Amino acid sequence: MKVELKNIHKHFGPIPANKDITLTVESGTLHGLLGENGAGKSTLMKVLSGFISPDRGEILFDGLPVRFTSPAQAVAMGVGMLHQDPLDFPALSVLDNFLLGSPGRLWLNRHPRGKELSELAGQFGFKLEPDSLVSSLSVGERQQLEILRLLWLGVRVLILDEPTTAISAQQKTKLFSALEKLALQGKTIIFVSHKLEEVKSLCNKVTVMAHGKATGEETIPCSTERLVQMMFGKPIAVSKSSKGPLGPPLLELDHITVSDWHLEVKDFTLRVRAGEVVGLAGLEGSGQHLVLKVCAGLLRPSAGQVRMASVNMTGKPYHRYLESGIAYMPAGRLEEGLIGGMTWTEHAALVERSPSFWVNWTTAEQVAVQRIETYRIKKQPSTFVEELSGGNQQRTLLALLPFQPKLLLMEHPMRGLDMESTEYIWKLLLSRTQQGAAIVFTSSELDELIERSDRIVVFFSGRVKVLDSWRTGMEELGESIGGKGFG
Amino acid sequence: MGNKTIGLELGVKGFLLLITAILVAIGLSTTILLIMGASPLDAFGLILSGSLGSSSKLAYVMTAWVPVLLCSAGLLVTFSAGLWNIGIEGQVVMGAVFATGMMQVLQESLPPAAVLTLAACAGLLGGASWGMLAGGLRLYGNVNEIFGGLGLNFIAGSLTVYLVLGPWKRPGIGSTSGTQPFPPSLWLPAFEGFQVSPIELLLGISVIVLASIALRGTHLGLQLKAIGKNPRSAFLMGIPIGRQMLLAFGLCGALAGLAGWVLVVGTSARHNLFPLISSGYGFLAILVVLLANLSALWSVPIAFFFTAISMGSLQLALQRQLDSSMGGVIQGMLLLSVLITKGLQSRFLQWGQR
Repeated sequence: MKVELKNIHKHFGPIPANKDITLTVESGTLHGLLGENGAGKSTLMKVLSGFISPDRGEILFDGLPVRFTSPAQAVAMGVGMLHQDPLDFPALSVLDNFLLGSPGRLWLNRHPRGKELSELAGQFGFKLEPDSLVSSLSVGERQQLEILRLLWLGVRVLILDEPTTAISAQQKTKLFSALEKLALQGKTIIFVSHKLEEVKSLCNKVTVMAHGKATGEETIPCSTERLVQMMFGKPIAVSKSSKGPLGPPLLELDHITVSDWHLEVKDFTLRVRAGEVVGLAGLEGSGQHLVLKVCAGLLRPSAGQVRMASVNMTGKPYHRYLESGIAYMPAGRLEEGLIGGMTWTEHAALVERSPSFWVNWTTAEQVAVQRIETYRIKKQPSTFVEELSGGNQQRTLLALLPFQPKLLLMEHPMRGLDMESTEYIWKLLLSRTQQGAAIVFTSSELDELIERSDRIVVFFSGRVKVLDSWRTGMEELGESIGGKGFG
Repeated sequence: MGNKTIGLELGVKGFLLLITAILVAIGLSTTILLIMGASPLDAFGLILSGSLGSSSKLAYVMTAWVPVLLCSAGLLVTFSAGLWNIGIEGQVVMGAVFATGMMQVLQESLPPAAVLTLAACAGLLGGASWGMLAGGLRLYGNVNEIFGGLGLNFIAGSLTVYLVLGPWKRPGIGSTSGTQPFPPSLWLPAFEGFQVSPIELLLGISVIVLASIALRGTHLGLQLKAIGKNPRSAFLMGIPIGRQMLLAFGLCGALAGLAGWVLVVGTSARHNLFPLISSGYGFLAILVVLLANLSALWSVPIAFFFTAISMGSLQLALQRQLDSSMGGVIQGMLLLSVLITKGLQSRFLQWGQR
């Protein structure tokens, strides 16, 4: 089935997720959809699979306009989506999951369906026991089950959203050969990923998305350079100013291993010296967030040691990290950083160091006024933080950071700020490094990473590479982020 | 929790909302009374005269108002931290148990004023420890405070039965009517001819005022508010959320325990410990604070209003053979209709405002 998306627009509140996207996927092809996290890939695919309806735009199957309002309707028309996190029922058996969502008859006919499941699984070399519990399966096996279920429901277009993030290399090979087989059978496969190499090795064609727009289309094979450029934009020349000598080691990560449910960073060592700025690069979820959380004491490494100014901090609670002079700025503005329903002044009072019993509202308001001015927020101290624009919320997060931290840890510190503010606030931050503070930050902006940091640690699927930002160009950084040079 | 709808800030709109809700509640209650075959006018009249009809009835309402005020003050603390302290009934009971125990030990040896004061301290302690237990279960045992509190309520209730029938039974007879009443010297002194003790009234009012001031003016109050609105952000800001939550439970329990003390020594008390001594005052306070939308100021009149309904509806049973739980029905209706009008308002006025 040939799929056409025409001029799709989708906003979430004021934030555009898809801006006028047109995409054609030919029948029987493996089509890659490549882009950074937040580029709008998942939104577009959720539109195609009926999870969300677009604000504007048209969907055509084999040239005929279609319209559906639920995933079930989309499946009935032949489009099924495999989500990034499995949407199954771990407490139920493989067979029960398989039968869920099949067109309703009153009684389930378990036995023959179990046989059909095994036959279908056999075609692709999947090994699934109909009676075992889904909770006992690996993520890869759960994916296989979901693919089989969608095929059995008769889908002709299969969308896979970042299917390889949580599965083993062996399962990946199996998955890819199954997908190739399906394409040969005439099924249309849309493969959503942020991993350049995978898209290049699997797909016939690729569409790249960035900032909610489709930025280009290429037939594979094509050059990696070209794809990187479409993902991150044209490289701009970066100017770097020289800086003073660095101080003694401040934060030391010594052979740490840290993992979450689908990623592991192994045996990682990093020394951050006083006055140094270290940028953590990588596609969203490549391991940099884990390392930053270890630095903040929010995640305990399973091996290795964390030292702050030569004091062993491994396993100490978060507040001890704060006391040792660490300040952490999370990415989620209203989720992790600010408190909706409270005013700017209240926030100023909340972050006060060594608070007294009574709140001194006069001082708090003075502090608020002063910081609002310094960070050019253009709002009143009595403003509730949720009423601020995204950019002003970001400024608020920055403004609430303590004045003289030893180590600043920041996730995407300038997200949503214009060029001028970015420049201005970086200057404020970097002036602290001259007083001996160190900065470790994550960012997805190549120029920001190169321009602001002394060293860049690039993460790719949990693996790590350290680059000297003084000798690294944008292209090299972009390619490393895409996985080049990680073996 | 929305924080503006019934607060004073919204003035006219909030007031209209409250009036609508009261009308809806009266309408619903009328329907139920009609179904039960009673005359609604007669019933409402009885509730009114039963609560405010004479000075002795008014005095009775006022003495019952105090424990509700104390519990409301405590709940303002836990609710602002986003905690559902359903265990407040048990905390009231434990306050009464500790106070009774202290008085039984000391009544022979110390002057009455000292005994009463120490009993009040014991009540604070009893309630606080029961509150912290619910908090500890939540923090360290991963037991939601609603279930933990409910369980602890049952345990506290059973403990009173055990004490009343066992170690603290009256000489000779052991009956569930309670322990041996304390002598009048250990009752809070009341006005001449108006059976209300100035001490309890002062206590009730001043505690809720203090709670309100503390919640607005102290760092603890500010931090609890932050925890209630977004525990994740609060934690990352460096607020010790576990300790503060435990403290909130302790404070609420302490005030509930003080209410338990009032239920033992107050003017309209039975002056002993008996099963179900908490009499639902804690639960009533939950309704009050929810209806007041966490405003201390509004909690005061609403607590009075609810106590009056509870006391007045006793007359329904005495004079019309209707169940006195009609009062509870009216209170419940009121809360529900306020919540519904509020919900509908935010649902239908939303697009009007944007």
